[in-house]
Amino acid sequence: MTPRLSSCSRTGGAGADRLAAFRPSRGPQRPTRAARQVFAKAVATPTKEASTSASKSASISSETAKELYRDMVLGREFEEMCAQMYYRGKMFGFVHLYSGQEAVSTGVIKACLRKDDYISSTYRDHVHALSKGISARKIMSELFGKKTGTCRGQGGSMHMFDAEYGLLGGYAFIGEGIPVGLGAAFTSAYKRRVLGDDGADQVAVNFFGDGTCNVGQFYESLNMASLYKLPCIFVVENNRWAIGMNHLRATGSTLGDEEPWIHKKGPAFGMPGVHVDGMDVLAVREAALEAVARARRGEGPTLIEAETYRFRGHSLADPDELRSREEKEHYAARDPIPQLRAYMLKHGLASETDLAELHASVAAEVDDCVEYADASPKPDMSQLLENVFADPKGFGIAPDGRYRYELPGFTAGTAEVS
Amino acid sequence: MQFLARASAASLRRSQAATEAFQRLGACGYATTQLTVRDALNSALDEEMERDDKVFIIGEEVGEYQGAYKITRGLLQKYGAKRAGFTGIAVGSAFQGLKPVVEFMTFNFSMQAIDQIVNSAAKHHYMSAGQITCPIVFRGPNGPAAGVAAQHSQDFAPWYASVPGLKVIVPYDAEDNRGLLKAAIRDPDPVVFLENEIMYGESFEVSEEVLDKDFVLPIGKAKIQREGTDLTIVASGKLVGFALQAAAELDKDGVSVEVVNLRSIKPLDRETIAASVKKTHRLLTVEEGWPQHGLGSEIIAVVVEEAFDDLDAPPERVCGVEIPMPYATPLEDAALPHVSDIVRVARRMFNLE
Repeated sequence: MTPRLSSCSRTGGAGADRLAAFRPSRGPQRPTRAARQVFAKAVATPTKEASTSASKSASISSETAKELYRDMVLGREFEEMCAQMYYRGKMFGFVHLYSGQEAVSTGVIKACLRKDDYISSTYRDHVHALSKGISARKIMSELFGKKTGTCRGQGGSMHMFDAEYGLLGGYAFIGEGIPVGLGAAFTSAYKRRVLGDDGADQVAVNFFGDGTCNVGQFYESLNMASLYKLPCIFVVENNRWAIGMNHLRATGSTLGDEEPWIHKKGPAFGMPGVHVDGMDVLAVREAALEAVARARRGEGPTLIEAETYRFRGHSLADPDELRSREEKEHYAARDPIPQLRAYMLKHGLASETDLAELHASVAAEVDDCVEYADASPKPDMSQLLENVFADPKGFGIAPDGRYRYELPGFTAGTAEVS
Repeated sequence: MQFLARASAASLRRSQAATEAFQRLGACGYATTQLTVRDALNSALDEEMERDDKVFIIGEEVGEYQGAYKITRGLLQKYGAKRAGFTGIAVGSAFQGLKPVVEFMTFNFSMQAIDQIVNSAAKHHYMSAGQITCPIVFRGPNGPAAGVAAQHSQDFAPWYASVPGLKVIVPYDAEDNRGLLKAAIRDPDPVVFLENEIMYGESFEVSEEVLDKDFVLPIGKAKIQREGTDLTIVASGKLVGFALQAAAELDKDGVSVEVVNLRSIKPLDRETIAASVKKTHRLLTVEEGWPQHGLGSEIIAVVVEEAFDDLDAPPERVCGVEIPMPYATPLEDAALPHVSDIVRVARRMFNLE
C-alpha cells in the first residue's frame, strides 16, 4: 500500500520522516536573496530586442530555432483549421483557439520539457498538446469526436488527456487544473524524497489565464507548492481578457503599482515571480529554462507571468465585441511568429527557403490530420458504458446475480446499469 | 465577477422601464403574445430590480458582456455596475438583508461554490434559530447541453433538491420562467433556479396577465400542462416539452396522457402528482439526470406512499444513462432520453409493443 502523507502527520515514526521530506526549510536553509528576487522585465518594449542587440549574436542554435518556429506555426495552422472545421460542423460544443499565444506553449513546453514531464491545461488546450508532442492526428480526431482521438472521442476540445505524454488534462473549469498539476509535482517529489527514486525529476507546469488568478485554487496551490518546494511551475498566460472581462477591471493592483501584476504574487508565497513578454518565444524560453532547472534541482516552484494576447474571441461562439481595434492591432503587430522569423533571418539561423519548407511541411501535416480525422471511425457503442469505473464491477449486481457488466447488452451499450 | 445594482433617483426610470419592458415584450393591446424564455427572464430581473433596490445581480460576465447567454442584456446600461467577488459575497450580503441574484454561467460552475450554497445559504436560518435569513436566488443554465461533454453537461436538480433549506425550481416555458423567477426573487429563502440553455431561444404564447408587473407563480405548486385519463407523465423543464410531444404521439395509439409540469422540485407538489395518478392509474417519470437517487426515484416514492392502491402497473422511469456525458455525438445521443424513448416505454406499459 502506498503510504499517504495525510496519515503521516498523525502516526509519527516512519510517517513523520516522510512528512519531514516535505517540511519547509527554515533558518540556514532559507532561500538566498537572489532566489527570492523578482525578475521583472519591462513588457512595453519587447525584451528580445534588448537582449539580442546587446550580444549581436544569436542565443540559440539554428536547429532549436527551426524547431521552435515550426511548433508555433503548427499551433497557428492547426487552430485556424479548427475554426474552419467548426464552422463546417465537424466539431461541436465550445472550441477555444490559442492563436496569438503560441510563444508561451512553444517557449515553455517545446523548448524546455521532456516527454515524461507533466502539463495541466485549460479549455484552450489543443496547442499545449501539440507542443507536448501528441500527434496532430490524435488531437484533430478527438475534436471530430472520433475513435482515434486522444480520448476516443469522449473528452472533446475542453477535456483532452494523454497519459503517455504527461498531458494531465484540459480542464474546463477555471483553476481546476492547478491543484491537479500540483499533485503531479507532489508525486514526482514524493518518488524522489520518500521512495528514493533519484531519477524522479519530472516537473509539472500548470497553464492558466489571468482570470484564474482571482480564484482560490491558485492561491492555495501557490502556498502548497512553496511550502513543500515542489517541482512545479505556474505559467499565467495573461492575455488580458477573461471572456469579456478585462484583467484591469477584475483585479486589484499590487501595492504601489498601477497594474495588478500577477508575477508579484510569487514572492508573497516564497517563490520567484517572473514577468516575461509572452509574444517573444525566446524570452519565454529563457525564463522557462531557468524555472525548469530550478524545479529539477529540487529548489521549488516559480511563477511566470507571460503577457500575451489571443487573436480570436474567447471561443468560436464569442462575438468578441468588447476588445478595441487599437488593442488588437497593437498585439497583432507583435505576432510571435513573424518576430521569430525576422530574428532567424537576421541572425542567419534559417534561409527563406528553409522557412518556406517548414511552412509546407506544417501545411501537409495539418491537411493530413484533417483527412485522417475525417476518415476515422466514430466511437463504437461499446464505449458508452466502458471506463465509468476502472473495475466494471462498480456498476453493481444485476437481478439475476451476475455483475451488470457481464450482461449481454453491456458491450453494445444497452445493458441496464442502475 | 461583477454585480449590477440600482442607484438612486429611480422614480423616473421606473416609468421608463415599464414602457421599455412592454415595448420589448410587444404586449400593448394584445390578449396573447409571443415571449421567448430569454426575454421572460430578462424582464423578470428588470422589473424586480425596479421594484426593490435591495435586488442586485452578481456573476461572471453579467455586465459589459451582458451575460454569457444574454439573460442580463441591457441591465448594466440601465442600473450601472459595481464589482465584487461572487457567491460567498452574495450569500454574506443576503444575510445582511440584500437580495442578490447570483448568475452562474452554467450550474456546472456552481460546484466551485457549493459549500456556500449548501453549508452557508441553506443552513444559516436554521442554525441561527431564525436570526439570519438568506433571500437569495442562484440561477443559470442547468442540465445537458450540446457537444460540451462530461463537465458541462449534467443535471443538478436532484443534488440541490436533497438539501434542507433550499427551494429548487425548474421552469419550462416563458410563463414559468417569468412568474417563478419573480417569485424566487421575492421569496425570503434561498432559491436555486435551474434554467436550460437550449430553451433560451424558444418562444411561447403568453397572456396579458403573464406580462403584468406583479405576475408571480406560487413556488411549490405543479401545473397540469395537459389533461389526460390513462397515463401520468411527470416532467420538469425542457422535458415537459418532450412529454407533450410524446403525449401527442401516444394519442394516436388511443392512450390519453396527462402531463404534470412540476415547476418546483422542492417543495414538491405531492398532492398534484398523487391526484393525477389516482385518476390515470399509471406513472411515468422523465428526466435528463441520472437514475439513481434522481427526481424519478423521489416521485415514484411519493406515488407509492400516496397512491399505491391506485396503480395498475409498475411505475417507470426514463432518464439519462448513468455515465459522464461523452463528447462524440452518437454517444451523447445514446446517453440522453428522447421523445421516442418516452413513447416506447409508455407503450410498453400498455403492452402495445
